[in-house]
Amino acid sequence: MIPAAFDYRRAKTIDEALALIGETAEEARFLAGGHSLIPLMKLRFSQPDRLVDIMHVPGLAGIWERNGQVGIGATTRYVELERSRILQDVLPVVAEAAGEIGDPQVRHRGTIGGSLAHADPAADLPAVMVALDAFLDIVGPQGRRRVQAEDFFQGFFTVDLAEGELITEMRMLPRRAAAYAKLHQKASHFALVGVAAALEIEAGNGAGGVCRGARVAVTGLSTHAQRLRGVEASLIGERLAEESIRAAAERAPEGIEEINDDLHGSAEYRREMAKVFAARAIRRAAARA
Amino acid sequence: MAANATPSPGGKHVGQRLKRREDPALIRGQGTFIDDVRLPGMLHLAFKRSDVAHGRIVRVDTSAARAMPGVRLVATGADLQGVLPNVPVITPFPYPDHPAVTPDKVRYVGEPVALVVAEDRYQAQDAVEAIEVTIEELPAVVDAEAALRGEPTLLHEDFVNNVALRIISGTGVAEAAGTQDPEAVDDRELEAAFETAEVVISQRMVNPRIAPSAIETRGVVAQYEATRPYLTIWSTTQRPHAHRRFLAAALGLGEHQARTIAPEMGGGFGAKKIYGEDFVAAALSKQLGAPIKWIEDRSEAFLTTTHARDVIGQIELAAKRDGTVTALKARLVADIGAYEMLLTAFIPTLTHGLLSGGYAIPVIRSELIEVFTNKMPTDAYRGAGMPEAIFFVERSMELLARELRMDPAEVRRKNFIRPEQFPYKTAAGNEYDSGEYERLLDATLELAGWEEMRAEQAAARAEGRLVGLGMSFYIELCAIGPSTMFPDGGWEHGSVTVERDGRITATTGASAHGQGHETSFAQVLADQFGIEPGAITLLHGDTAVAKQGVGTVASRSLVVGGTALLMAGSKVKAKMTRFAAQLLEAREEEIEFANGEVGVAGGGKLSFEEVASYAYAPQQLPAGTEPGLSEEAFWEPPGMTFPYGCYIAQVEVDRETGEAELQRFVGVDDCGTIVNPLIVEGQIQGGIAQGIGPALTEELRYDEHGQLLTGSFMDYAIPRASDLPRFELGVTVTPSPLNPLGAKGTGEAGTIGATPAVVNAVVDALSELGVRHVDPALHPEKVWRLIRGGER
Repeated sequence: MIPAAFDYRRAKTIDEALALIGETAEEARFLAGGHSLIPLMKLRFSQPDRLVDIMHVPGLAGIWERNGQVGIGATTRYVELERSRILQDVLPVVAEAAGEIGDPQVRHRGTIGGSLAHADPAADLPAVMVALDAFLDIVGPQGRRRVQAEDFFQGFFTVDLAEGELITEMRMLPRRAAAYAKLHQKASHFALVGVAAALEIEAGNGAGGVCRGARVAVTGLSTHAQRLRGVEASLIGERLAEESIRAAAERAPEGIEEINDDLHGSAEYRREMAKVFAARAIRRAAARA
Repeated sequence: MAANATPSPGGKHVGQRLKRREDPALIRGQGTFIDDVRLPGMLHLAFKRSDVAHGRIVRVDTSAARAMPGVRLVATGADLQGVLPNVPVITPFPYPDHPAVTPDKVRYVGEPVALVVAEDRYQAQDAVEAIEVTIEELPAVVDAEAALRGEPTLLHEDFVNNVALRIISGTGVAEAAGTQDPEAVDDRELEAAFETAEVVISQRMVNPRIAPSAIETRGVVAQYEATRPYLTIWSTTQRPHAHRRFLAAALGLGEHQARTIAPEMGGGFGAKKIYGEDFVAAALSKQLGAPIKWIEDRSEAFLTTTHARDVIGQIELAAKRDGTVTALKARLVADIGAYEMLLTAFIPTLTHGLLSGGYAIPVIRSELIEVFTNKMPTDAYRGAGMPEAIFFVERSMELLARELRMDPAEVRRKNFIRPEQFPYKTAAGNEYDSGEYERLLDATLELAGWEEMRAEQAAARAEGRLVGLGMSFYIELCAIGPSTMFPDGGWEHGSVTVERDGRITATTGASAHGQGHETSFAQVLADQFGIEPGAITLLHGDTAVAKQGVGTVASRSLVVGGTALLMAGSKVKAKMTRFAAQLLEAREEEIEFANGEVGVAGGGKLSFEEVASYAYAPQQLPAGTEPGLSEEAFWEPPGMTFPYGCYIAQVEVDRETGEAELQRFVGVDDCGTIVNPLIVEGQIQGGIAQGIGPALTEELRYDEHGQLLTGSFMDYAIPRASDLPRFELGVTVTPSPLNPLGAKGTGEAGTIGATPAVVNAVVDALSELGVRHVDPALHPEKVWRLIRGGER
């Protein structure tokens, strides 16, 4: 667990970060919290020649509400998401999911941008971002662009991020009726299966309101975070009650391919757990409406 | 020496919850651990390890590594043949050769095949990565039960069918049956017990393979000085004196030419004794004329620090319908891995001795087969053979209670060894020193609120919740002495010096690595001398400081090491008494030690410093008197001590996921006299956590090719504080008659007792689904499958 040699640079601005990455012909990586990258380097699975530390770039971390949107800076640490008053108030699902990541040490170092860029198939926040229909603001040598979370996650550790590009901010609409439910892998505390559900429920109908919109996303089940379209379709137009929630959750595995299968959980178990945790996330989200 | 011939400590400090004096430095990061040892000119050692479980080395290409910057030496196993001795074994059983760096065959993933010494650790690792090893693969032996049929192949030519050892023990086996001739075994009593049994319980049970997981990995720094010649070696070892003995011999030195220092250690748990890497570091320091450092990384720790448990037991219990157990029979298959380390083959033999548990079982017979597989060797780990025994016995008692529809507490009560039966020699051969088992059981039931727990469980079940209660009653075997029981020596050494200023410096051979000896041993001496613990310093962990020692293993330190210290202290006290009587012109019988003074009640008093001045500036001493106040003692216990306890666990299993939530954990322990309750509670709590781990989550898993699948803490789950409920703990105190302190030991208690309590609770939770037994670790998916099966 001794990494190969590398060059460490600390950027003070986004432009400087992009320049430091762009100026070298060798393999260069942005370093945020380091809780995915450094362990891979210590195992020599990853051997970048240069790390560009973006944790000291002002303005890249933080949580704010602006023009009816919530923005989260890329280098915002999990613990800051967990404790954010804004998120607890208007996007409790983000605070909730962040609080279930890893352990206190990880939550004090790991960042949301790092998690999304790394795209571990069992990471928690990708599912939350997909369910919330978040946009990612990305900057790179070709300028700025924005991408929907759903399109960002493309496959196994594969995202829509070109060489030299950097995530700067996530933006999403406030949504109280959203929740995240997770089966912990007992060693890593990644998600064996995690489901994020964001609902629009017709107001005024009390607990059993009619679901007008639903985005439900899963992590841990397959190669990357993705929507559970069968569940969503089943929920929309339904009055949310135990029976309709269970019926919707039953459709969780629909359309999901390449189900993960390892010593912590077989494909069969994960498929069933996707149903269980879809139901739990929907129930909790509905209760927040 | 009879225990009652020695003075007991008084009692002002013994029994007090003193905070550990070790902790302020450790908490502040000021302790000196192995990686903090840095010497001028020190070079760094790294190993190239096999990534194949079984195979013949065809070629090791070191040419690229040799040319790399900073590299001082690259060597293969073949290069080191004849330079290094084999890794030592101290069991009385036959064992295969175990080179520290293998020259020809690899037998487990992680086995060293080559090494690099470089100027820094990074250069060493870069060069290791550049070594190319070609191995012709052989079939990997990973299933112990197949292995003992010789399938798919043999690991060591001299060990037919991969069997390292086969021992039959217990009823009907001749006392001195060193031959283990199956023909010489008398089966009549055993057969009669099972033929006349009203109930027979029969169950195959598995203890998973687990990793000791000390928070600090292993390490060594070796410094050989050719001109003296002298070897100084810092090592993460629980046994510095044994370490020195083997390391000195390895370099052709006498023990007088070597010194082992065990610095602060982040846990040992039985797994840190003597390893091949230490020999390599010492030999290379001699060869290169520079200090050599090796620090194990976490990946190496999972692969190459000794593993533990991995025993399959077929257990049969014969009983009457009233719950009386009449016989126990066990067939044990222990997967000991690819080679033997210091005590590898000895550890599973300890299981037999505890198969009586806390019960008067008249007939006990076991057959133990130890088998080689292509895995890391096993050795001691917190409990060492005892958790296996208590797991088998306590699962069986639970099965018996269920079979007879008896309260699990009452089945145990029915079979307890009664207080008047002590000392009690079990049918498994051990003589238990003392115990009041029923009193402790009742204390546990009361602390838990057993009747209410049962009522609440019934109510929860009526709601469809899978709530389970599990109990275990454990026995621990401590002290490992006298030497007839422990071939390497069952004694301990201590010394006590009253310095010129009247303060005390003491040493113990029981080298501590987190147990708090510096605090608890000082409490013992403080009472013996009538002084404050702050006036005493205990030194240990260095063979140049503690003249002799066996070490801190087998929960023996306070019992054996503490008593040795008392013996040395009483010699010093005798001398101080004589000197004080001379100074005060009193009779020796009148001299008392109290409140930091020596003197006559109601009469003259002397400070320790005044007595010391008389002793060390001997102008006034009568002619022919030996000056000074420094004495030492060895103490060997007359027999082993047997602490015990009872644990009750409550779990709720999530029907949808199979997750078992540990809701309550109640325990009462009896470790004899308690010197420091805070330290005992720490031992118990840590032990319980380490016993809960293998019940619920901890399990080392190899695939069919002998690759370790759980090689990091991302895949191997030790329990976290947030996974555990607040333990509800109590004590009873039944002193041991075998040592003047009345202490019994407590280091392994929690680990032994917790696993069966939790497994019993989960099985109980699942019992309404028709589940009778589940082997740990109780991973959620495993439990979920049982629930699905049960509901189908």
